[in-house]
Amino acid sequence: MTGEAILVLLVCLPFAGSLAATILLRTDSRVLAARIAGAVTLASLVMTAMLYPAVRGGAKVRLDLEWLPQLGLNVTLRMDGFAWLFAMLVTGIGCLVVLYARYYMSEEDPVPRFFSFLLAFMGSMLGIVLSGNVILLSVFWELTSIFSFLLISYWHNNAAARDGARMALTITGIGGFCLLAGFLVLGHIVGSYDLDVILSSGDTIKAHPLYLTTLVLILVGALTKSAQVPFHFWLPNAMAAPTPVSAYLHSATMVKAGVFLLVRLWPALSGTYEWFMLVGIAGTCTLLLGAYFAMFQQDLKGLLAYSTISHLGLITTLLSLGSPLAAVAAIFHMMNHATFKASLFMAAGIIDHETGTRDMRRLSGLFKYLPITGTLAMVASAAMAGVPLLNGFISKEMFFAEAVETHADSVLDRMLPYVATLAGAFSVAYSIRFIHVVFFGPPPTDLPKPKPHEPPHWMRFPIEFLVFACLVVGIVPSLSIGPFLHSAVLSVLGPRTPEYSLAIWHGVNTPLVMSVIALIGGAALYAFLKDYLARCDDGPPLFRHLVGQRIFERVLVTVSWKWARWLESRLGTRNLQPQLRLVTAAGLLAGVIPLYIAGFSPKPPVLGEVDPIFAVVWCIGAFCALGAAYQAKYHRLAALVLLGGAGITTCITFVWLSAPDLAITQLVVEIVTTVLLLLGLRWLPKRSVKVDDSVALAARGRRFRDFLLAISCGFGMFLFSYAIMKQPVPDAIASYFLEKAYTEGGGRNVVNVILVDFRGFDTFGEIAVLAIVALTVFALLRRFRPAADSIEKPEQQRIQNAYDAAAPERSAGDTVRDYLLVPSVIMQWMFPVVVTFAIYLFLRGHDLPGGGFAGGVTMAIAFLLQYLAGGVRWAEDRLRILPLRWMGFGLVVAAATGMGAWAFGYPFLTTHSQYVELPFIGKVPAASALLFDLGVFSLVVGATVLILIALAHQSIRVHRVRGLEAPKAEEA
Amino acid sequence: MELVLSIGIGIMTGSGVWLILRPRTYQVIVGLSLLSYAVNLFIFAVGGVKSDAAPLLEEGVAVSTMTDPVPHALVLTAIVIGFATTALFLVVLLAARGLTGTDHVDGREQPK
Repeated sequence: MTGEAILVLLVCLPFAGSLAATILLRTDSRVLAARIAGAVTLASLVMTAMLYPAVRGGAKVRLDLEWLPQLGLNVTLRMDGFAWLFAMLVTGIGCLVVLYARYYMSEEDPVPRFFSFLLAFMGSMLGIVLSGNVILLSVFWELTSIFSFLLISYWHNNAAARDGARMALTITGIGGFCLLAGFLVLGHIVGSYDLDVILSSGDTIKAHPLYLTTLVLILVGALTKSAQVPFHFWLPNAMAAPTPVSAYLHSATMVKAGVFLLVRLWPALSGTYEWFMLVGIAGTCTLLLGAYFAMFQQDLKGLLAYSTISHLGLITTLLSLGSPLAAVAAIFHMMNHATFKASLFMAAGIIDHETGTRDMRRLSGLFKYLPITGTLAMVASAAMAGVPLLNGFISKEMFFAEAVETHADSVLDRMLPYVATLAGAFSVAYSIRFIHVVFFGPPPTDLPKPKPHEPPHWMRFPIEFLVFACLVVGIVPSLSIGPFLHSAVLSVLGPRTPEYSLAIWHGVNTPLVMSVIALIGGAALYAFLKDYLARCDDGPPLFRHLVGQRIFERVLVTVSWKWARWLESRLGTRNLQPQLRLVTAAGLLAGVIPLYIAGFSPKPPVLGEVDPIFAVVWCIGAFCALGAAYQAKYHRLAALVLLGGAGITTCITFVWLSAPDLAITQLVVEIVTTVLLLLGLRWLPKRSVKVDDSVALAARGRRFRDFLLAISCGFGMFLFSYAIMKQPVPDAIASYFLEKAYTEGGGRNVVNVILVDFRGFDTFGEIAVLAIVALTVFALLRRFRPAADSIEKPEQQRIQNAYDAAAPERSAGDTVRDYLLVPSVIMQWMFPVVVTFAIYLFLRGHDLPGGGFAGGVTMAIAFLLQYLAGGVRWAEDRLRILPLRWMGFGLVVAAATGMGAWAFGYPFLTTHSQYVELPFIGKVPAASALLFDLGVFSLVVGATVLILIALAHQSIRVHRVRGLEAPKAEEA
Repeated sequence: MELVLSIGIGIMTGSGVWLILRPRTYQVIVGLSLLSYAVNLFIFAVGGVKSDAAPLLEEGVAVSTMTDPVPHALVLTAIVIGFATTALFLVVLLAARGLTGTDHVDGREQPK
C-alpha cells in the first residue's frame, strides 16, 4: 500500500466503521459494535505505524485531490513527523479507549451508537491532524465539535449531560467559526490555503497589516478548543460524558486539537510580541488557575478536568515563548500528558464503576479493594505531579528550564518562573489529594455500591499499558520516544531545530531546584489544606460563586432570549400583510432607485403605432385583471372567470408576438389552473357582501396605502417594460441557440431544443421540482381536514338531492347527471381525440410548437375531462391512472437518458440526433432528446393528474369523515 | 404594440400587488396568478416583441429575423412551475383554513 492510499484510508476508515456501527443500531449487538470499533482503531493504528519510514527525518507524505481548485480548495492530506506522532496518539489511545469502553458501557446503554460516534470522532480528529489545507482542517475541526457534542450528550436523559454538551458545542462552535474566519484572512494574506505554503510564508504573514486580525481569530479557535482561560469552563461541564469519552476527547485528543493547531502554525505565526502576549497571558492564567481550581474539586473527574486545563495551559505557555526549545518541550508534554491523563481518567472511571460515586468526600480507603488499580493510579498521578523517573518529570523540567530563560523582556516573562513553580506546587497538591483521599484513610462507609472489587483484567489493561509507557518514557526517554519526537520536532521546526537532550539527570540546576520546591511545597500545601478540603463545598474559595458556567448561561439567556425577543417585538411581525408590504415596497425601491440615479427619463409614447385589434384584446385583458382584483373578496367564481380572461389575453399575446410554444402551454395550463381553483372553491368559507360603513379609519388608511403601492408598482412596471421594449434587442446568446439548434440539437423548434438539449439539466431540475410539489400536495391532502362549516354538502347539492329524493322514480345524483348529460357525452367521446392530440403535440415538439410540457398537460386534461364528465367514482371505475408511476417513470426516463450519454463518454445529458427511415412514414427525426422529452411528458402528466385527483378526492373523503363523525354527533 | 403591452403589464402588476396585500387567502392566490402573468409577459418581452417571427427554423428564413428563444424557454417552464406552486399554495391555504377555521392570511382574524 502506498503512503497516499494509507492517508485516504486513515481518514475514511473510521467514518466507514461509524456507519457500519450505526447500521447495527437496532440489532442486539453490543459486542459486535465494540469489535468493529476495535478492528477499525487497530487497523488505523497499524496503518499509521506503517507510515513511519515515510516521515522519518523531516520527510512527509502528501496527497492532493482537486475539490474546488478555482477557490484554492483541495482535499490535501499530508503527514509529517508531527502529524504522525499525533496520529499515533489518536489511534493508539483510540484503541485502548475502545477496549476500555467495551467493559465500561453497561447493558442498558445503546452501545452501537456510542462506538459509532466515537469512530466518527476519531475520523474527524485524524482529519484535523492530516489536513494539508486549512479550509479542510476547519471542516474536520467542526466535525470534532459536533461529534464531541453527541458524545457528551450520549446519556441524553441526564440534564447535566445535555447542558454540558450544549455548552461545549456553543463554545467550540464559536471558536470554530472564528477559526474559519481566521483561516480565510490567512489565506487572503498568503494567497493560498495550502498548509505548506502558509508555513513557508511566516515572514509575509507577520509583516502583513492583517496579521493581528488573523492571529486573534485563529487563537480564539485554538484556545476555545483547548479550554484555555477565559473559555475553559466548558470542559468541567463536559465531564457528564461517559468516562471513555472523557479519557479520549478531554484528555488525549479533542482538547489537544487547539494546542496541536498552535504547534502546527507555530512557524507561521509565532515569535511576535502580540503572539507572546496573547498566547502567554492565556497560557499562564490557565496554568495557574486550572491547577488552583483542581485542588478544590470534590468530583474525581472535575479534578482531572481542571488538571487537564492547567496542563494545556502549560503547553500553551511553552508555545507562547517563541523559542524552538520551548516548542520541543510543548510537543513532548502533549504526548506525556495524553498518556498519564488518559490512564487517570480510566482509573477514575473504574472507581466510579465499582463504587457508584465520584465524590471524594465519600470515597476513602479503597486501596484494600482495588490494589492494582490503586497502584497504577498512583504511578500515573506521580507522572502528573512531575515526580522523577516518570515522563511528566522530563517535560516539566524542560518547561521550568524555559521559564527561567528570558524571552521577551516584560513583566509576564519575569513572573514566569514563580508562576511555574507555584502551579507545579498546586499540581503536586492535587495529585497527592487524588491518591490520598481515594485510596487511603479509613474504610469507606457511605458507598452506593458497598463491595467494590477489581474490574475485569482487560478493562484494566489500557491503564496498565499507559502507565507502562509513562515509566518507559520517564526512565529511558531517548531510547523510547526519542527518535519519534525528533522526527516530529524536525517537521515543525525544520532548520531551526535546536540541540536538546532528553536526559533525566542534568545535574543540580535551577529547574531541579524549582522541581524540588514544587514537590515539597505541594506536599506541605496538601497537608495544610487536607482538613478543609475534606468537607468544603465543590469549587475553590473566592471563585466558588464566580462560575464561568453561570456567566455563560446568563449571556446565553440574554442574547438568545431577551435580546432576540426584544428585536422580534421591535422589528418582527407575525402578520403576513406587513411583511408583503415591506417586500413589495423594497422591490419598488430597488427598481426605482437605480433608474433615478442613472437619470432615466421615459420616452414619450407614440400613439400611432398601436394596433387596434391588439389594443381591444388588451382592453378586455385589463378589464379582466382589474375585475378579478375587485371581485376576489366576495365573488370568487367571478374573479376566477376574470382571471381566466386575463390568462387568455396573455395567451393571445404570446400568439401575436411569435411565441407559439408559450401560447400552447399557457392555454393548457390555464385550463388546469382554472379547474384546480374551482375544486378549491368548495372548501372556502361563505362570504356575502356586507355593507359595512363603520370601517375604522385605520383600515381605510391601510387600504389607501396598499392602493398607492399597487398603483406605483403597476405604473413602474409600465414605464420599465415600455422602456425596455423600445430598446433595440442586444445580440446576446439568442443567435447562438438559433444557429446551433438544428446543426447540434437536431430540431427546428428552437425553444424545445433549448429545453430538452442545451438547457436540459435545468429542465431536469424543473421537472424534479414539479414532482416534489405534486408529492407535497398529495401528502398535505392525505391529512386534510376541512373547516367545520365546509363539511356540509353545498347548498346546490342539497337542493338537488332533496328534489331527487322527493320524486320516487329518481335516485340521488340524477339531477346533476341530467344537467351535464350532453356535455358529459361529448367529453367522454373526446377522450381519444384529446389523447391523440396530446401525443401529437408531444411528438412534433422538436420541430414545431408543442413538446413534453404542453403535451403532458394536455394528456392530463384528457383524464381530467373524464372526471368532470362522470364524476370521480365513474371515472375511476373505468380508468385506472397511477400518477405516481407516471411520475416515477418520467424521472427515471429523463435521468436514464441523461446518464446514457456517459456510456458514450459524454457529459450528463448530452444528446444525440439523427434521422431514421421508417417504412410508410419516411424520414423521422430521432434524437435522444425525444426520450428525455418523453420523461418530461410523463412526469408532467403524473404530477398534474396527481394534484388534481388528490384535490377532487376530498369531496369523497369528506363523506367518509362525515360518516365517522355522525354517530358522535348523535351521542352528544 | 409595445405601448399596449406595457400598459397591460402595468395593470396586471398593479392588480396583482393590490391583491397580494389583501387579507384573504383567495385574494392572494388570484393576485399571485395575475403577478405571474405580468412577470412572464415582462420576461418574454425582454426578448423583443415582433410578430410572425417565431423561432422555428425553416429553409430560407434568416435566423436574424427571429425573436429571441431564450426568454420563451424560461417562461415556458415558469408557466408549468407556476401551476404547481399555485396548486401547492391552494392546498396549503385549504389545510390552513381547515386547521384554523379562517381564511385570513395570518390564520386568525385581525383583532378589531
